[in-house]
Amino acid sequence: MRVASLLICLGLAFVGPAMAVQPDEILPDAALEQRAREISSGLRCLVCQNQSIDDSDAPLAKDLRILVRERLVAGDSDRAVTDFVVARYGDFVLLRPPVNARTLALWMAPFTILAAGLLFLWRRRRMNDAPAAATPALTADEQRRLDELTRAETD
Amino acid sequence: MIVEIGHFALALALGVAVIQTVVPLWGVARQDPVLASVGPAAAIACFLLVALAFGSLMFSYVASDFSVENVASNSHSAQPLIFKLTSVWGNHEGSMLLWVLILVLFGALVALSRRSLPARLRAGALAAQGSITVAFLAFTLLTSNPFRRLVPAPAEGQDLNPLLQDLGLAIHPPLLYVGYVGFSISYAFAVAALIDGRIDAVWARAVRPWTLLAWTFLTLGISMGSYWAYYELGWGGWWFWDPVENASLMPWIAGTALIHSTVVMEKRDALKVWTILLAILTFSLSLLGAFIVRSGVLTSVHSFATDPQRGLFILAILVFFVGGSLALFAWRAPLLRQGGLFAPISRESALVVNNLFLATACATVFVGTLYPLVLEMLTGDKISVGPPFFNATFVPVIVPLLLLLPIGQSLAWKRGDLLGAAQRAQFAFGFAVLVTIALLALTRGGPVLAPLGVGLGVFLVVSAFWDLGERVVARASGAAAIWSRARGLPRSIWGTAFAHAGVGVTVIGIAATAWSTEGIGFLKPGQSLTSGRYTFTLESLAPRSGPNFTEEVARFKIRSGEREMKPVESMKRMYTARAMPTTEAGIRSDGFSQAYVSLGEREADGSIAVRAYDKPLVLLIWIGSLIMAFGGALSLTDRRFRVAAPRRAASAATMPQPAE
Repeated sequence: MRVASLLICLGLAFVGPAMAVQPDEILPDAALEQRAREISSGLRCLVCQNQSIDDSDAPLAKDLRILVRERLVAGDSDRAVTDFVVARYGDFVLLRPPVNARTLALWMAPFTILAAGLLFLWRRRRMNDAPAAATPALTADEQRRLDELTRAETD
Repeated sequence: MIVEIGHFALALALGVAVIQTVVPLWGVARQDPVLASVGPAAAIACFLLVALAFGSLMFSYVASDFSVENVASNSHSAQPLIFKLTSVWGNHEGSMLLWVLILVLFGALVALSRRSLPARLRAGALAAQGSITVAFLAFTLLTSNPFRRLVPAPAEGQDLNPLLQDLGLAIHPPLLYVGYVGFSISYAFAVAALIDGRIDAVWARAVRPWTLLAWTFLTLGISMGSYWAYYELGWGGWWFWDPVENASLMPWIAGTALIHSTVVMEKRDALKVWTILLAILTFSLSLLGAFIVRSGVLTSVHSFATDPQRGLFILAILVFFVGGSLALFAWRAPLLRQGGLFAPISRESALVVNNLFLATACATVFVGTLYPLVLEMLTGDKISVGPPFFNATFVPVIVPLLLLLPIGQSLAWKRGDLLGAAQRAQFAFGFAVLVTIALLALTRGGPVLAPLGVGLGVFLVVSAFWDLGERVVARASGAAAIWSRARGLPRSIWGTAFAHAGVGVTVIGIAATAWSTEGIGFLKPGQSLTSGRYTFTLESLAPRSGPNFTEEVARFKIRSGEREMKPVESMKRMYTARAMPTTEAGIRSDGFSQAYVSLGEREADGSIAVRAYDKPLVLLIWIGSLIMAFGGALSLTDRRFRVAAPRRAASAATMPQPAE
């Protein structure tokens, strides 16, 4: 599927497979290079579909990789390098979206859904405890037990 | 002529599919058994017609008939035969035809299955399946016709996209589509049950083989797609949390939940309403996947808006089938009777926990995939949701599930013994802890998560077979007795063990990726580059030409310590028709590990950029998924899914049920 999705990209922008980081881009300082790789893998290649600049062969990605390394050599912190790139290209360049008002729902979603599921099961159980209540829509009985199970396991 | 026959057959299939949808329902409503039994014949006719259409398109590819627009833009006379065949679905129109072909194949299989189904259920399911066929046939004929002629016909085709000229294209899309589309059967049965207003263990037993079949193929399809990306894209990544990948992962997760909940329904007549909902959601996610891939909506909202015809059509299909089935669900589900009771500590409860975590995982992928799209539509803000987000949210949901799995799988039905289950898991857990500690000691200074992940995988593998081992070995003496006891256990129990062990094997492979190393450098012939345990020496660099490409072939000697491994070739190709380059990585397997080398640009001084990897245990990722699929297939051969097994249950189910 990844291959297929690259094709969507192919119609629009340059994609060459394989070599992304070129040997001549690599910094002599291994620790600095490692930091550069980590930063690059979190920055989006803006002309590709969902590729980091570390993975992409696009010329723009190469420019950004070199830029990241230049900033690191100049002594910037990881944070400062990322901020520098974000200042130029916006949050869109971050593969890990920052937590803010617009992305709060995104970051909260997994936790909220899990909590909602547990709450649902617990409420079902409570409702079913009332005897002779007409059996409502969902599989209350089974799910009532879940809550007890999960509680038993966390206790 | 053959092309026109195919086109005509496809149009005729649309008509037959309309009959398959309308007439059986009408027959059921009017209690006319003749009309109600039209479904199977229509489904089979529909399959034959679409197969004829597919065959004629394939014929024009093999014959390189460039007067067909689809062939001209996606094929080339110099292609090897295998790629001429796979080119059929290496494009939008052809892959829609493959989708429809598999859809009607499943319809025909349901029609032909000997399983003794209640007549109303079968009629309803075939009608529902027929309505999906109508939608996708209409989509193919109206917006994506693969049979369109080109006048004048060009002398040569434009060739298939080089990235797709690979055996991966022969394997991956058909497997994936069988998985995607297979869930339409679960969906059709769910809709039929809702229309019928009755659902019981017979339903679960009828649906479970189809769900298992679809799940098994989807597992294989995703896995092969991942391996294809791994070797074809040349940087050794195997999962990217790409929207298109997520589109296939969501139905897989939902399908996994569905397999587990249908077990509860089949064995204990419980979780009925949830199972119905899950069957609907699973296929809805398949449809969403089709929408995501086919509309191009995720590439950009704007590209969707400028060429909206296909996207809007699929969106309409999506809204109709998801909305329609959910409305039906809201209306009819309250009528369904609740089933068996069970204690809070029981296999049933464990499977509810399984479903809760899987549903959350699926929802996480769903939100992460669609959030940027919705945000952009609502506010115009563009954000990216990439791998770091999914790793940070998906993994914490899945890991607790995997930790609980060994305990859940050894709980008894109805009322389980938590302490006993924990005791049964304690050997596997202790062993996994030992492995983790040993690995931590051996790889001191390396990544900490890798040994922990391997430990989790070992826990899953050992515990998967521990129970079975006890049941087989404990009371038997001698190999023959053990063998006969092992054979005596139901296949589905073995299937479960293998599938769970497969998850563990994949987890080990994923965890071990933290140990992979990369070496990058310019090499001239004779020079070498070391990455991890492997030293790659460039032996020669020479041009070569293939049927429709020219390539530069680099031959590498690989040494691991003192050991000389088989040499490997890594290529840089130029496909002449499209003037497009690809790289073919050189991969040498070494046990479950791989030495991986790919080429970059050639420099002026005669050297070439080389990327070399040591990927320890990487093969386990895909071997694990093959084991999962094997487990699914094994369950599928269980006795209770064959011949007369469900008869008793079926007759019980036709007895009048108490009013709601």
